[in-house]
Amino acid sequence: MFGTTIYFDNSAASRLDERVLEAMTPYFFERYAVATSEFGYSMGIEAREGLEQARSSLAGRIGGFAEDFVFTSGSTESSNMALKGVALALGDKKGKHLITSRIEDFPVLNTAAALGRQGFAITFLDVDADGLVDPADVQKAIRGDTILVSIQHANQEIGTVQDIETIAGICREKEVLFHTDATHTFARVPLDVGEVPVDLATVACHTIHGPRGIGGLYVRPGTPLAKWMDGGYQEFNRRAGVEDIPSAVGFAAAAELVTVEENEALRGTRNRLLDRVLQEIPYTTLNGHRTRRTPQNANVTFHYVEGESITLQLDMRGFAVSTGSACFSKSLEASHVIMGIGGDHERAHGSVRFSLGRFNREEDVDGVVNAIGEVVRELRAISPLTPAEKEN
Amino acid sequence: MAFPYGEKVLEHFRNPRNVGRIEDADGKATEGSAACGDMVAVYIKVNQDTQMLDDIKFESYGCASNIATGSIITEMAKGKTLAAAKQITWQEASDELGGLPALKAHCSVLAVEGLRAAIRNYEEKHGLVTDREPTTVEIITKRLRHVMNPLRGLDVVRTDLIKKIEFNDGVVRIVADLPPDHQFASVIRADIAEKIEPLWDVKEVTIDFEG
Repeated sequence: MFGTTIYFDNSAASRLDERVLEAMTPYFFERYAVATSEFGYSMGIEAREGLEQARSSLAGRIGGFAEDFVFTSGSTESSNMALKGVALALGDKKGKHLITSRIEDFPVLNTAAALGRQGFAITFLDVDADGLVDPADVQKAIRGDTILVSIQHANQEIGTVQDIETIAGICREKEVLFHTDATHTFARVPLDVGEVPVDLATVACHTIHGPRGIGGLYVRPGTPLAKWMDGGYQEFNRRAGVEDIPSAVGFAAAAELVTVEENEALRGTRNRLLDRVLQEIPYTTLNGHRTRRTPQNANVTFHYVEGESITLQLDMRGFAVSTGSACFSKSLEASHVIMGIGGDHERAHGSVRFSLGRFNREEDVDGVVNAIGEVVRELRAISPLTPAEKEN
Repeated sequence: MAFPYGEKVLEHFRNPRNVGRIEDADGKATEGSAACGDMVAVYIKVNQDTQMLDDIKFESYGCASNIATGSIITEMAKGKTLAAAKQITWQEASDELGGLPALKAHCSVLAVEGLRAAIRNYEEKHGLVTDREPTTVEIITKRLRHVMNPLRGLDVVRTDLIKKIEFNDGVVRIVADLPPDHQFASVIRADIAEKIEPLWDVKEVTIDFEG
């Protein structure tokens, strides 16, 4: 049955592309040695070459150099490394103030909160109704003791793409480091660290049909970043631990498979989904910016109904989506993103995210739109919130 | 497929019984709120002679366990006397459904509360409530157990959100352990007022946030 489920939760995790697995396989069975130094044995040298090729390809994808790209275990570690690394390096020297936004994903949001409990001052910037941070707010929030600004490239739930070009420029001018969580834009929305003065960028591939458990952090040369996990001297002595070479190779393969054409096709399919949902189903609200949006993301609130009921009904009809409803989450908390863009609980509870991927077909979109129309109509028919004149 | 609920829960979720509104209901009540993510409305028709539930309907804005519990509890209550229907517990409803996840207890208990509240509404309207108990801190606490803490998905008493309850000369003062500018403060305030204000000898409810 799982094989027939039509999967629209690619931003949570995605199906591995066979070609990624193919690229990874030799590093499990043939070139499985640890990456040795250039003076090591041949198997180790081969393994190291695989790792370094992957590094160079991935760094190049964002306009960086290989030696500025550190492999990690995923976005969570990358963002922890960026925030805690800067805090450790500059906390006593320059100051203890960090700036981020209210709608960041948990790795940044909760790392900032943890630093807040350790004596750092954190400014959580508000966003507008589309989820955009106003660069002027960043400018105003920067103080003499500000050491880092961390604003995501695009949002995990509503897909809004921030104006990090302007924000990074402001930080550069004010001589404050800038980190961006680019997990949901990597390979999908262009970012060139040669053009945009980003000092640190978190990337990963679990949403683009690569393996999970691997990520990366771009570190601009000269960025003060303390090592926060001690151990060996791997990854330019920035990140200790035996390198996961098969996954690193898979990460690079996954990124290489994402093309401009694929992203444009996704955008077209996504627009079709959004247009149909918003036009055909009454009492819906788009969450996130209409155009400044990642190509794979659609997020809509279906008023008067609760998201967990929608997702379960869709699951029974063979479609996988996610929701910002409290009932769906492990924490039983409503989406902080929908609340952050000024939504109330009802808007969060009725929100559904469709995140598209390579393996979704055009007809899948029609399938899910038809199914959700039916499900929402049925649930509204039994909801006490549905005003009588709005039924059906 | 691996669904998060048992078969009977899913069956009632998919085909809920006794769904809808009774326009000329003899008793009705709404429990929960949109802010908490779950809300149930229960409507009853009572046979005046036998004091039996002739008809019962419910509406749900909520998750699968909320809908399934509304469905099963209306089935269980239909044809019972008011006295017997009042005794139905969440545990009995859950057992009848083959079990509900513990994490979802707060979503499904609303249907049980809704049924009891609808019966109470009928009794109040028909002068069947003779002993009007004077309000005490204990009674207020009991009512606050029906106010959800959206941060935790459990009630505000159990999650230690209520720091102080005072009741003097018809004035209730409640202090909540949350900053006044917290995103949930206004929602919690409205929920508390809704539960405490209807008490017959309460003239005023003030809720202070001191977190």
